[in-house]
Amino acid sequence: MIRLGAGAYAYRGDDNVATRANGGAIANIGFIVGTRCVAVIDTGGTLAEGRALRAAIRMVTPLPVCYVINTHMHPDHIFGNAAFTADHPQFVGSATLGEAEASHAESYLRVLKRELGPLAQGSIIVSPTHTVSGSEALDLGHRMLRLQTWKTAHTNNDLTVYDEASGMLWTGDLLFVGCIPVIDGSVLGWLDDIAALRALNPRRMVPGHGALDRPWRPALAAEEQYLASLVRDVRAALKQGQTMQQAVDTIGLGERNRWRLYDIYHRRNVTTAYAELEWEQ
Amino acid sequence: MNTIARTTCVALLALAAMSAMQLARADEHAEDNPDTPARWLDFKSGMFKDRAVDPRGDAVIKLDAPARAADGAVVPIAITAQFAQTPTRYIKKIYLFIDENPEPYAGSFSFAPESGFATIETRVRVEDYTFMRAIAETNDGRLYSSVRFVKASGGCSAPAGKDDAAAEAGAGLVRLTLQGQTVPGKPQLAQLMIRHPNRTGMAMNQVTRNYATAYFVRKVTVSYADKPVMVADVNFSISENPNFRFWFVPSGNGELKARVEDTKSKEFDAAVGVGSQASAQQSAASKL
Repeated sequence: MIRLGAGAYAYRGDDNVATRANGGAIANIGFIVGTRCVAVIDTGGTLAEGRALRAAIRMVTPLPVCYVINTHMHPDHIFGNAAFTADHPQFVGSATLGEAEASHAESYLRVLKRELGPLAQGSIIVSPTHTVSGSEALDLGHRMLRLQTWKTAHTNNDLTVYDEASGMLWTGDLLFVGCIPVIDGSVLGWLDDIAALRALNPRRMVPGHGALDRPWRPALAAEEQYLASLVRDVRAALKQGQTMQQAVDTIGLGERNRWRLYDIYHRRNVTTAYAELEWEQ
Repeated sequence: MNTIARTTCVALLALAAMSAMQLARADEHAEDNPDTPARWLDFKSGMFKDRAVDPRGDAVIKLDAPARAADGAVVPIAITAQFAQTPTRYIKKIYLFIDENPEPYAGSFSFAPESGFATIETRVRVEDYTFMRAIAETNDGRLYSSVRFVKASGGCSAPAGKDDAAAEAGAGLVRLTLQGQTVPGKPQLAQLMIRHPNRTGMAMNQVTRNYATAYFVRKVTVSYADKPVMVADVNFSISENPNFRFWFVPSGNGELKARVEDTKSKEFDAAVGVGSQASAQQSAASKL
């Protein structure tokens, strides 16, 4: 765990796909401590990781965990939730999180078992008990967290957490630093959300993937540039009457050295952007 | 996930994990003999009885599909006729079969001499590593196949999730456009885009324990100057927001028309003027 500031801690996930070597701990997760209780922000890729997070909390404070907040439904952010059920916290997420989790549960679990085997033991989905649509404040005791949902971007259930005391915005996967942004929602929506994130102008942003200590403005700009180029190039391909496969084979080849995991995700991003943009007038 | 609701099949990271593992395993798993999978043999004997299917049909029909699909829910494929349709020799039907899909028979496409080329491009769902086969039937009754092995996953059972409500509400918008120059007597490419969730009905909602009902486009009928060009009998093997590219032969004028029918018995139409008229596309009106 890394101490980000007073009462704010994060774990930097492995910038990779889930493997037995990293145990599926591939997302940035963390917690914030108030005078009354603790809020967890994402719980990791397995029950085991959630337990490790809980143990880390106990090394810092005996205060109860009152909120387990999930920034979105992807498996690397939610499968540690079950480590906290005995604490009886509120499980908090976007109003669209529950359904997204439910509809993906079977395939997530199938792949989790396939990829991590016994390391995934006991990993189950624990759906939100408290949902947010728009914005909401949670009080940890002299520590206000401002939660906010967003237009469909990385997913259709993105949620950010702003820690007023520290001026830190935990972005979930609305911000990727150094790792290729993955579009599982809407590329156009994401570009709108990036503009809105910039306008919030927090002191610091905590990204869902990548280094925790980089200044956010250049990181957000790099992400915006990747997505905007994708939109521009896909629109040009559509105008030229290119097929989806042609677009996938030719767009964004120069980005390869700028992003980790490009080989895994970039072509899929082109497919997603193409399918989204082909319906524009 | 298709997008878009459509699309997302499997969680991206899960998919990535699987892709990484698959990249490692690719060397271990040599592709099996395409002539042995039981599902193919069952389908072959059921559909074609004792008729021979020439497995080296490259002079007649060619199937192109990515060896490794970027997204199992949206796999672009092209089935390309290797000769132009003529009244004496033409491809009358193409069958599409995806061995490892829960419903492996993806559908058929029927053509006429007036089709220009019996060529069809579309996007399909692929559930797992699989052989994909296009079988062409020529007017003399002979059968030819073209086979590809595709590595993809989770197209059918991992549900769309991006914006399901929006996907269903928008269903029925149809766009029919001509591609390239219209030269009377010369085959011309057209594209039909249909807004539709094309749901498989195989995704279980863990909360309600219900399966979202299958809801998909089952038939597309294309005609030009009131003569048939292409009829597609398809199912949810086609990706969300079905997209078809096909050929026809324009003459001086007339209209290219498409009628789309789905499993709720809704019909959607589109038409585009050909030739001397401006080829402005017209959107569909949905009819119940």
